[in-house]
Amino acid sequence: MITTQGLTKRFGSVLAVDDVDLDVRRGDIYGFLGANGSGKTTTVRMLLGLVLATSGSVRLLDEPMPKAAGRVLPRVGALVEGPAAYGHLSGRANLMLYDAAGPSSPGRSRRTRAARVDEALETVGLGGVGRRPVKAYSLGMRQRLGLAAALLAEAELLVLDEPTNGLDPQGIREIRELILQLHAAGTTVFLSSHLLAEIEQMCTRVGVLDRGRLVLQDELDAIRKPTGRTVVRTPDAAAAVALLDGRVEMREGDRLVVRGSDAASLNALLVGRGLRVAELAPERRTLEEIVLEVTSPEPAR
Amino acid sequence: MILIELRKLFGRPRTWLTIALLDLLPTIVAILLAITHVGPRPGQGPAFLSAVLTNGSLFAVAALAIVLPLFLPVAVAVIAGDAVAGEAQTGTLRYLLIRPVGRTRLLVAKLVSTFAFVAVAVVIVSATGYVVGRIFLGHGSQASLSAAVTSVSGSSLTPGQIVWRTIITIGYVAFSMIGVAAMALFLSTLTDSPLSASIGALAFLIGSSLLLTLDAARALLPYLPTRYWLSFIDLFREPILWRNVERGVALQAIYVAVLLGAAWANFATKDVKS
Repeated sequence: MITTQGLTKRFGSVLAVDDVDLDVRRGDIYGFLGANGSGKTTTVRMLLGLVLATSGSVRLLDEPMPKAAGRVLPRVGALVEGPAAYGHLSGRANLMLYDAAGPSSPGRSRRTRAARVDEALETVGLGGVGRRPVKAYSLGMRQRLGLAAALLAEAELLVLDEPTNGLDPQGIREIRELILQLHAAGTTVFLSSHLLAEIEQMCTRVGVLDRGRLVLQDELDAIRKPTGRTVVRTPDAAAAVALLDGRVEMREGDRLVVRGSDAASLNALLVGRGLRVAELAPERRTLEEIVLEVTSPEPAR
Repeated sequence: MILIELRKLFGRPRTWLTIALLDLLPTIVAILLAITHVGPRPGQGPAFLSAVLTNGSLFAVAALAIVLPLFLPVAVAVIAGDAVAGEAQTGTLRYLLIRPVGRTRLLVAKLVSTFAFVAVAVVIVSATGYVVGRIFLGHGSQASLSAAVTSVSGSSLTPGQIVWRTIITIGYVAFSMIGVAAMALFLSTLTDSPLSASIGALAFLIGSSLLLTLDAARALLPYLPTRYWLSFIDLFREPILWRNVERGVALQAIYVAVLLGAAWANFATKDVKS
């Protein structure tokens, strides 16, 4: 759905994006991670033809960008660096104008405009706000309105830059469920965020950007494969260490890290000797550990 | 897209407030003249004001002459400067472009809506001028409807002549303002701040007006954008002195073409980072 080759953007002497080869496949929820200032937004803008690449190429839905923007973009819904709307108009009036501005396509005909706008507002939970102007909206409501604009097209690909920014926990959860629902219905989602937890909960593939370079791109499950160790929590920690002898690699109070990935037999062994087990699971690396490992420790420029 | 831009511009209370304020100044002038009957001495003050004391139907043109040096350019620069930079500032520019609206198409739509504003503003100001002129000044003198008006050259103009000369004047003033609009629109594609674009365009005009008064800048005179703005006065001479009006149109046309070309070249290849 999205492929870039050697994508590079230079602003003056600053190399904002450096030789990035993205590969987002149909059906992915692709998590695009990176610290603030790592080049995420510039990359997203290049994908959508807002910023022109210094070198390298972008293909979106198998067509070259920005050359085929007129054909490709009607099939893409996007939220780029926060929502935007005309403050003196209502949310509904904004969406009507926005929908009317572009070319009409089969999914976006003029006849169905009012119905589609109402449906999009309903989907993001803005059905009941009425004629209030957008300048009276809260940050969370604006974010929802931005999402509604992205949903208008019934797009094949959603490019969402920080979609849960400014939302409360309830709202974040609603948006997450909405994204998963759209994904289940066949939409490919490209999700850019600096919130690791958000990516970890939703995404199937991740790419990590560090100072403009793509330092990691893989399936989330492959990255988070078990480490071959098992984590045990037991009130009888001292007895467990004695029993397992050299297999305990680390002990922090009642938490032990034990070599060996066979959690079931370890459990049987401990319980068989009358030791109480509070928690036991194969150790997986968290996304946070992986990201910290592949990115450089110094702050971004 | 053009229709949407027009709807956005004229659906905005701010647009109509600007036009209302433009109308206010000539109205105040008309009321003051009607009460005091003191016109400016010949050769001083805004054009035509001495003439309107005897016949209010010339006040349509006088109203344009009153707002032309400052008020009208300010209004046009504010609206045109907001065209692209305003969208950039609110962030709606990026969403329009990924909707997608082609960059050239968006610029043309902005251009057309700005020109529409210029036309509407000029027509409304002169219409208001005509109405208040007839109300406050037309009856204030002995002049009746059919009475001839004295032209700037001293001979008489029939009401018919006044009508079509006024219409040409409206067109000429609107075209002069399109030069301002083109300047502000060009600056509007350069910056993300509508205020900078408007003020930049005004600085250009003020600079031009200043050089007009400077003898040392004589060589530059024929190329200054504001040089021929008030030349529509020549339309009320007998016979009409076309030379400066023609030069004014040609000069504005060159400014408009160059500035719009620059605006397009800049906007079509610009990185939209707002």
